[in-house]
Amino acid sequence: MSPRTFLPAEFKVVIDKEACTQCGRCVHQCGWNVYTFDEAERRPVPNHAKCVACHRCVTYCPGEAITIKKNELAFRESDSMSPALIKGIWRQAETGGVQLTGMGNDRPYLRIFDHLLLDACQVTNPSIDPLREPMELRTFLGRKPDLVEVVSSNGKPRLVVELDRQLQLETPILFGGMSYGSVSLNVHRSLAIAAKELGTFMNTGEGGLHADLEPYQDNIIVQCASGRFGVDSDYLKAGAAVEIKIGQGAKPGIGGHLPGEKIDYQVSVTRMIPQGTDALSPAPHHDIYSIEDLRQLIYALKEATDYKPVSVKIACVHNVAAIASGVVRAGADIIYLDGFRGGTGAAPTIIRDHVGIPIEIAIATVDQRMRDEGIRNRASIVAAGGIRGSADVAKAIALGADACAIGTAALVALGCHVCQKCHTGSCSWGICTQRPELTRRIDAEWGASQLVNLVHAWTHEIAEVLGALGVNAIESLRGSRERLRGLGLDTATLEILGVKPAGR
Amino acid sequence: MRATSPSRLGQGVAPGKEFASRPVYREESEARILGGCGLMGVCNQSGARMSGELALRSMASMHDRGNGLGGGFAGYGIYPEFPELFCFHLLYSDDQAKDDTEFYLRRHFRVVMEEPIPTKPIRGIENEPILWRYFLDVSEERLHQTQLGVEDYVVHAVMDINSDIDGAFVASSGKNMGAFKGVGFPEEIGEFFRIDEYKGWTWTGHGRFPTNTPGWWGGAHPFALLDYSIVHNGEITSYGINERYLEMFGYRCSLQTDTEVVTYLFDLMLRRHKLPVEIACKVLASPFWNDIDRMPDDQRQLYTALRMVYGPALLNGPFAVVLGMSGGMVALNDRIKLRPLVAARHDDTIYVASEESAIREICPKPDESWMPRAGEPVVAVVSEGGKQEAMKASLSAGQRRIAKAPVTGGAQ
Repeated sequence: MSPRTFLPAEFKVVIDKEACTQCGRCVHQCGWNVYTFDEAERRPVPNHAKCVACHRCVTYCPGEAITIKKNELAFRESDSMSPALIKGIWRQAETGGVQLTGMGNDRPYLRIFDHLLLDACQVTNPSIDPLREPMELRTFLGRKPDLVEVVSSNGKPRLVVELDRQLQLETPILFGGMSYGSVSLNVHRSLAIAAKELGTFMNTGEGGLHADLEPYQDNIIVQCASGRFGVDSDYLKAGAAVEIKIGQGAKPGIGGHLPGEKIDYQVSVTRMIPQGTDALSPAPHHDIYSIEDLRQLIYALKEATDYKPVSVKIACVHNVAAIASGVVRAGADIIYLDGFRGGTGAAPTIIRDHVGIPIEIAIATVDQRMRDEGIRNRASIVAAGGIRGSADVAKAIALGADACAIGTAALVALGCHVCQKCHTGSCSWGICTQRPELTRRIDAEWGASQLVNLVHAWTHEIAEVLGALGVNAIESLRGSRERLRGLGLDTATLEILGVKPAGR
Repeated sequence: MRATSPSRLGQGVAPGKEFASRPVYREESEARILGGCGLMGVCNQSGARMSGELALRSMASMHDRGNGLGGGFAGYGIYPEFPELFCFHLLYSDDQAKDDTEFYLRRHFRVVMEEPIPTKPIRGIENEPILWRYFLDVSEERLHQTQLGVEDYVVHAVMDINSDIDGAFVASSGKNMGAFKGVGFPEEIGEFFRIDEYKGWTWTGHGRFPTNTPGWWGGAHPFALLDYSIVHNGEITSYGINERYLEMFGYRCSLQTDTEVVTYLFDLMLRRHKLPVEIACKVLASPFWNDIDRMPDDQRQLYTALRMVYGPALLNGPFAVVLGMSGGMVALNDRIKLRPLVAARHDDTIYVASEESAIREICPKPDESWMPRAGEPVVAVVSEGGKQEAMKASLSAGQRRIAKAPVTGGAQ
């Protein structure tokens, strides 16, 4: 008889029987139905195969009785056929399907940020103490003119032409697009409240804007993706800016997929689609088959919104510099670059793990290309997809980004344990799910305070970096690659980054 | 790594001609120059011309602010014989560099007059480069061919020579002005160049305290482009982005020194973007957002726009600079005043210096003296009428200094 499955459990749930209080909380906390409660023996019994190591039960067990361990089965050593690959083959042999996953690329590719080092002042120039001196992180996203014209009237200088509308950020960090539907409404609420308090922006993602978020619309960027979910003229006008999503770092070249299980009544109303149907956004925009079409959409959106800034989000692919240049020339005010480590609610594993290029390379080439063409001032660069901490933000800005967007890091602040099962809709932390018993686990006020704390902390850390560098305004770090050195990077990569090796 | 823009003057530097590479001459410029300094500036706003001896004496009093590895001066109104011609001061490492540069200059300019820059032997000044000056004119035809304004044309020529001809360096390129600089203490350099024999309505001076390899005459201050010259004490910690910003406008920062970017930024702000000088200073040492947010609406809009557009031009880090230009002189501190700068006024003359003693040395009892606040420029404007008067007087008195200067030259 053939076995039910070749696939062993990935994790082992170990319960310390002495510490277990038999309260049954683990049974209720687990969104994956790992536990059943054995009434006869008065103890929880785990089904190891269902565990994803999200640690919800570990965190909430009053007796600290639960430990999750890797199910480390010995396989014959092979550098070529790793256990992960073998398991993948078994899974596909059993199902015949495309492997799906969530979050960002987890493969051990070179992490360039970790090979870049920042400068600091010594002796010949004083460092600045951010606790005693002003330290300015205010950032404006949008199109800037080549120059400012000034006239004098009554002895006072005045501006001749007002500038195009800009997004004003009090810190160069914003929240990346994560759709309502892929994440819960309470996550959206948390992001919106936090964005308003921080003086920055959240991004709706492609799932429309829930009516509850209207009070925060001055701090919301509304997205218009290939599926046009939730897009009507009120929606476009509601945001502070509109973003055209062409691609996503986690899955360049393909559209979004929200399974019907996650489309409840509220999501269906917000997305303007029937309840319970799969929400599939097409791979390309069916009205954009080249750059001139993009230009039409950009200007259509500008017309519709009384000329609010338009951002264009692209995934970082091999030819990203030329694409970005075209996008800027097509009229985008902001170019949002999403690197190959960016997260997703659901993507084919093959795409997530093998397509795209790192955000560090994309920032460097796009910034340089725009400078070479003399159009750097025409659009701001937002870098995303692999921003894991304030050091990454500082380094991305030094490479040439105007601001950084975070998605995964924001979800981690809300309790996400990066278990990579976002596509299943069973998130025990109540983040990537629409099941009401799970979504209520996040209180929006609490979530907002977590996010505000995180961004404040990063902001303080960036201020520390600026002070050590002896500058007191973020614009003096922006694009200042002279303040970066590479350690252990090859010559070609250094040249592309425009960064000298350490010691030079 | 850096994008190098090709020559805009049409024919490249010298088609069909490979310049021999002599990297030794640029040894110092491979690394950025860090260090402290002393500086001074004096400007007579009514246009009366003062001897360079004044600047020399003032700098000598700040001897200890330099370490003998660089000194220099810039004078305005010093060439009344040719007020309409661009005067290029050239530093050459050898005859090859001179030949190459002269080939270039003759191709692109009408050379009205050329001669060695007069010097006299001074103990302590050695290994001087070949020092030559050229009075140049640009033909209408060349401007028409290149579709450039005359000043842009000159800027491109300076960029070409400095970045493409090994061993040649343009120390200054303005009208009726010149920069005299080299390796040595400022008072030695001043004496070497005999600056006491020139008269000008504006003088700036500089003594350098570099903290790395000494030895390159081009690395001394002032740094000059067209009529703009900069003496600078401090370090521009935003150099990296300032340089990349300037590259977008065709400037090539070939010297790897902070001061070069200050000169080019002033050229961009004042000449090309036509910003009033006070506004240009507010770009380079911008007010803080806290202050901008409290301004009346129209001013807030203006200053917000300036920071949004010119953020990459903000000069960060500790600095005091004195800008000399044909219209006068501007002294400016960084936005939190991390380097010293004192100013004084006596009648129509404005003085600035790193130390008050350097002002008192040449003006013992000024009418007033003050410490300029962080980011608040001290602006001196020379009256045009005064300049004309002064020049007429000098010419009618037959002061043909150039004709009477004995040619000693730097060429050995």
